[in-house]
Amino acid sequence: MTLFRSYLKARARHEGRARPAATVRHVHLSDAPMVFVPLRMAGEAAAPLGAMVGCDPAEPRLLVVPQPRDRDLRFAFAAELASVMVPYIERYAADSEEVEARTPYPRCLDAPQIIVPNRGALAFVRLLGRSTRFRRTDGPHAVDPLVPVLGRWLTYLHGRGEYAGSAMLLSLTDALAAHWVTGQSDAEDTDPAALLGWIDPPAGMTGPEAAAVAEDPRRSPPPGPDTDPDFDRRVLQPSIADYDASGSADRVRAALHDQLRPTWDLVWRGVALLRTLPEAPSAVLRWERDRASLAGENARIAEGGLSQGRWDSAVAAARRLAMLEIAQQTYEAGRAFDDPLVMAEYRAEGVAFAGEVVAVEPDRKIIPPGGKRPVVRPLVTVKTADPLRLAPGKKVLSPSRPRQAGQILSAEDGTVVVQINGGVKDGVPEVGETVCYADLDPSGGRRPPLPALEETPWTHGGPPQEYVPTDEDAQEAWS
Amino acid sequence: MSVTGGGEYGPGRLAALRGPVEPIDHNARTIAALAANPGCDRRAVLDAAGVDKGRTIRHLGHPPRFGLSPFAMFRNEQFKAIVKDDDGARLAGLLREVLHLTTAETAYQTTGEEAGASREVRHRRTADLLRDAAQAGRAATLLDRPLLKLAVAGHDVYLEPDVIAFQAEGRFHIVAIKAFAVIDGQAETAKVSAAAREAAVYVHAMRALFADLGLDPERVSHDVVLVCPKDFGNVPTATLVDVRHQLLVLDRQLGRLKGVDRILAALPADLTFDLGRPAAEVAAALSAVGARYAPECLAACEMAAFCRAEAHACDSLAALGRSVRDDFGGVGSVAGAIGLAEGAVLPEDDQSEVAERLRHIHRIYDEAVV
Repeated sequence: MTLFRSYLKARARHEGRARPAATVRHVHLSDAPMVFVPLRMAGEAAAPLGAMVGCDPAEPRLLVVPQPRDRDLRFAFAAELASVMVPYIERYAADSEEVEARTPYPRCLDAPQIIVPNRGALAFVRLLGRSTRFRRTDGPHAVDPLVPVLGRWLTYLHGRGEYAGSAMLLSLTDALAAHWVTGQSDAEDTDPAALLGWIDPPAGMTGPEAAAVAEDPRRSPPPGPDTDPDFDRRVLQPSIADYDASGSADRVRAALHDQLRPTWDLVWRGVALLRTLPEAPSAVLRWERDRASLAGENARIAEGGLSQGRWDSAVAAARRLAMLEIAQQTYEAGRAFDDPLVMAEYRAEGVAFAGEVVAVEPDRKIIPPGGKRPVVRPLVTVKTADPLRLAPGKKVLSPSRPRQAGQILSAEDGTVVVQINGGVKDGVPEVGETVCYADLDPSGGRRPPLPALEETPWTHGGPPQEYVPTDEDAQEAWS
Repeated sequence: MSVTGGGEYGPGRLAALRGPVEPIDHNARTIAALAANPGCDRRAVLDAAGVDKGRTIRHLGHPPRFGLSPFAMFRNEQFKAIVKDDDGARLAGLLREVLHLTTAETAYQTTGEEAGASREVRHRRTADLLRDAAQAGRAATLLDRPLLKLAVAGHDVYLEPDVIAFQAEGRFHIVAIKAFAVIDGQAETAKVSAAAREAAVYVHAMRALFADLGLDPERVSHDVVLVCPKDFGNVPTATLVDVRHQLLVLDRQLGRLKGVDRILAALPADLTFDLGRPAAEVAAALSAVGARYAPECLAACEMAAFCRAEAHACDSLAALGRSVRDDFGGVGSVAGAIGLAEGAVLPEDDQSEVAERLRHIHRIYDEAVV
């Protein structure tokens, strides 16, 4: 952690309330997000117990598995979930435009957005996708036709969600923690009730008081996907026994409803809180990339592409890793360029600085090394109080003129001289103007030159065999 | 915890601390957790005295955190039964495969839980069986539920026999059966690390026993075998996990654990955590023993909620995270940190650098928030 964030934590604790860590919203929010609050059975990897799902805060759809050990009931749950989620996702996936570029590409007009309470629920989404995408819809153990489709979409959304700044599958606690800092530890921030207690405590309560209420499983059910062991013993176990004896799922439904509803309401409250912040410009760009990615996946499915395999091939994994890194860099730089509060952390760390322009040489000409003709290389001198740690020669960019390439010539005693190397037509800063320069680049890195799949070198196993669905995968036990 | 060793303050003093109840058992999980925070005197004393921390924290009015769901218990037992089925024949097959053995015969033995067999008796039987297995020729041996003991903070404790000891070709392996799934070759990192830390406790204890028996401790392998369900089903899969790192950490931290005697010497002679007394008195007694709370305790210690409340009441920076405390290097409290940032508190000599950075952060933060 940086001293900046540690300071915010201490200040939040001191004031008894979360402190803002952003002035704009760095995540796109859909007009019609779908909230999904899953619960799983204790001791099992991915046995669903129940879930609340839907797009209307007032009308959650409650899905339950009255006997979680019953394989058929699990697939019935998956089918019911698919009947809600798949049409929601495919409605967006089907509607796309062609974007004009050097290589034109399709992009969906909008995209689905599924919001879950926390990272545990994200991991559950991945496992639910993994346990349903290989299923067959005919032959032995046939499942509802939508079940494997759901599995493919959940797998896709989870994979895409690993790209920094992607917003089609969001964890509420991660989204909130990117915008506010609480006076508790990061581990304690994973409970949406505690986090919201710090950010927006009920009237008459301090953040820590509200968080304490949130933590007591007797007063505030845990956010899932894991249930409270005491609830399992006292309420759920007898309710399941009741279903086994009577065939009526009423008691299980009522019990799970009471566990899920508070978290469902919290997620919507968290979304509403995020909406109070104006959307950051680069969040729109990141959402565009999500929309393009969705169109690509939709085309892959439409062309009869097979389900995602169990493992990535060597080239696919290397490419994915490189893209994840680029996404991370672009996201971090984009956030800082959009938001002075985020930039402040970089300034505190000495990799960015801000201050007043005290001198400008707009028409300065030099002969660059190896060149023959003089070229315009303006100089901007900035007076700053920031503890800059960038050495001369470092390339820097400014949020106010992001296409103008700068380079630090000297930095001594709070006076920094920046040479403008390109993009002069955007206008050189003027004396008296407040500027900020940072060692950050929101335009992202360059794609590494990786071979095509069919040219995978022998060191990496040679060209991979395409994943072919097997009976074994299709009939894998889910118990 | 059974106290068989004896310090200057023997079982009598510890029993008085505990009050008129039986001491609770230790297991590898609690020892691994104890080693995770070796500087915590409170935990060392409570564990040495065999105090039931779960009951204590409820007595103090905090919600319990460490219950185990009946479903999880059922699943654990069910999976263990599947793995051990048929006197371990299936398990022996898995072990042969993962350890690349050619041995065909595997004898299955258990230390037994017949009525009346005391832990001392079962521990002796474990020692006998292990000695026999060490001298056995080619045949492999599965020893179920070995009862091992370990010296913790100057006192011997018995470990809940939750593993299997496997001997083949003269080498011994600890086998841990866990019900968390390995999906497409991957399991949850946190669960694997926890399992590795626990298994290391058994390796450590078994090596100590070998040394006592005059056997070479290195015959107990640092590669433990983790048996888990494969994917979403019940089919077991075995993986070797190298616990050398965990052994080093455990060894160092068990060594560093302050002798409980030294802590006890500094405590009032009539101190007791007897749950027959009112909550306020128990809380006061607990506060008499120093704790070292950090957020990591929340996942490892039943007492965490109590210690956290106490730490926040003292305005502790470490309660926000060890890294937060380290970032402020040398600043003692939340109010102290804020005071330095606002310029209201004058920095001590070694705080001038952090104070300057804090004043800068305070200023640019307030400018940016508006």
